Amino acid sequence: MNTRLTWFNATSLTLGFLFLYVPILLLVVFSFNESRLVTVWAGFSTKWYVEMWNNQGLMDAAWVTIRIGLMTATIATVLGTLGALALNRFTRFPGRTLFSGMIYAPLVMPDVITGLSLLLLFVAMNFARGFWTVLLAHITFSMCYVAVVVQSRLVTFDRSMEEAAQDLGCPPVRTFFKITLPLILPAVVAGWMLALTLSLDDLVISSFVSGPGATTLPMKIYSQVRLGVTPEINAISTILIGIVTAGVIVASLMTRRAEIERKRAERLAAATP
Amino acid sequence: MAKTLGPVKRSFAPWNDPAAKPYIQYQGITKRFGDFVAVKDLDLTIYEREFFALLGPSGCGKTTLMRMLAGFEEPTEGRILLDGQDMAGIPPYRRPTNMMFQSYALFPHMDVTENIAFGLKQDKLPKGEIDARVQEMLKLVKLEPFAKRKPHQMSGGQRQRVALARSLAKRPKVLLLDEPLGALDKKLREETQFELTDLQYELGMTFIIVTHDQEEAMTLADRIAVMDKGKIVQVATPAEIYEEPNTRYVADFIGNINILDAGVTASSADATKLTVPGIPAAIEVSRACPASVGDAAFFAIRPEKMHISLDRPVETTVNALQGEIWDIAYLGDVSIYHVRLDNGSVVKATVTNATRLVERPITWHDKVWLTFARDAGLVLTA
Repeated sequence: MNTRLTWFNATSLTLGFLFLYVPILLLVVFSFNESRLVTVWAGFSTKWYVEMWNNQGLMDAAWVTIRIGLMTATIATVLGTLGALALNRFTRFPGRTLFSGMIYAPLVMPDVITGLSLLLLFVAMNFARGFWTVLLAHITFSMCYVAVVVQSRLVTFDRSMEEAAQDLGCPPVRTFFKITLPLILPAVVAGWMLALTLSLDDLVISSFVSGPGATTLPMKIYSQVRLGVTPEINAISTILIGIVTAGVIVASLMTRRAEIERKRAERLAAATP
Repeated sequence: MAKTLGPVKRSFAPWNDPAAKPYIQYQGITKRFGDFVAVKDLDLTIYEREFFALLGPSGCGKTTLMRMLAGFEEPTEGRILLDGQDMAGIPPYRRPTNMMFQSYALFPHMDVTENIAFGLKQDKLPKGEIDARVQEMLKLVKLEPFAKRKPHQMSGGQRQRVALARSLAKRPKVLLLDEPLGALDKKLREETQFELTDLQYELGMTFIIVTHDQEEAMTLADRIAVMDKGKIVQVATPAEIYEEPNTRYVADFIGNINILDAGVTASSADATKLTVPGIPAAIEVSRACPASVGDAAFFAIRPEKMHISLDRPVETTVNALQGEIWDIAYLGDVSIYHVRLDNGSVVKATVTNATRLVERPITWHDKVWLTFARDAGLVLTA
């Protein structure tokens, strides 16, 4: 196989990365722009970050988003993990195929459909739209992602470890917390982070089910942009990008470290007689 | 685990003593998984301090039988008694049995000490006692220097020892071993087999082992149950299983055996005469025949019980087969001669290479005579 970087490969790689990251880079650069005009560079400044901080509407939206994000991630992780366990453990119950299919459905369902159907549900139930409806909607779609992530870990989980724990006198619930959970924890944490990210940047579903007083940050940004892009928006977007990037880097470092640790331990084991 | 002197093998045979109290009793056990019948109406009695082996090919139900005792499966029909107590409905975590798993099932997030202490902690023993017991176990399996290692930092043999120590730590009434030596290489496996028998003798526990390796079962067990398709075909000591198999299946499963189709020509209380089609000599076996005269039967004889010679024996009409050397397998300690008989069937005869021979006296295409004693062979009907 040809593994050298050919002229063709180099070009397509460069173009691909430019296509992906130039817009983001522009956004970051212009968040430090002195000028109010987003397209004209007038020197470095952090004044838009200060301005953003003083923009009460923006800050309120950020606070709502963070609260919804954390609550969504936590509740969706618990529900998604339980769902994954049920699908993994009870392999013979009526409608299992339907269930496992249904857990993947929200992953491919257009946001518009999910949002609209949830809105119809809340209206039918006469549920006042606001913070709680957004939270419920976010839990609904993100728990499927958690279930998928956790389930992929459970597939390779050696169930004889649970049997061994029970055999040694550990009741099932304690076995879950002492053996199963610590071993699937990386997947559960990954699921939590995924749910948090999904909740933080959701716009479409939130727009459908939100009500007065529950404007999330993406909604706020979107509505402000319609009145014209301000450097303030660039500033808050830069912060969001920073948070997400940091999260991704931490997560990949964690898995990389675990992998290196495991490889090192295996070498050690092979070396000892 | 090994001691300077091996233990003297006890004369231990409670199964022959009608007054002996059964320890583990399977009574009319049937286990179905959907349409598949894993165990079929099975009865089995195991005695205290016995080292019992369940032997059979994969899918014969031996593992299911063990898992029912551990409590991981409930029998569909029948009941299991342990020390007189009905085990029905008792969950695995309340049974006085411990199991060593085929995959070892060590907890990867705990070190060796924590793994061994896990079962003791469930019993809420005082910390001092747990520590003492863990130390004792580490010493028993010679893993003291590895107390703080994690399972993935150890070799296969060491992990196997941790699994053994963990399952012994609670001093269970019965230790269940599910193919415990499967993952070890041959040398280590043989060593560990002897250590296991010593250990079982020292601890005085009842051990039940599941294996598909007949050599392992023969080395370890006081008694072996040979299983096939959810049923027990024969339960006996290793020597009995080898010398007196009750069916072709058992004879074939344990060691090597030659089996010839034969017809019964005469039968008495202590002798049976057979003829094999295409063989001029008659075959005499000094034991009662399970079939009647005129019936078809099988004549079975182990390769090492046949004497192979180039010279014509004195008696050629009884227990003498003539043939040609078809193939020779030289294994170092023994040579196996494949002899093609006059009727076309090929039998095997083993010769121990007691002297170092520079040239073999018997070689390919030699005409040879196979002779055997009257008590060497067996008559089987099934």
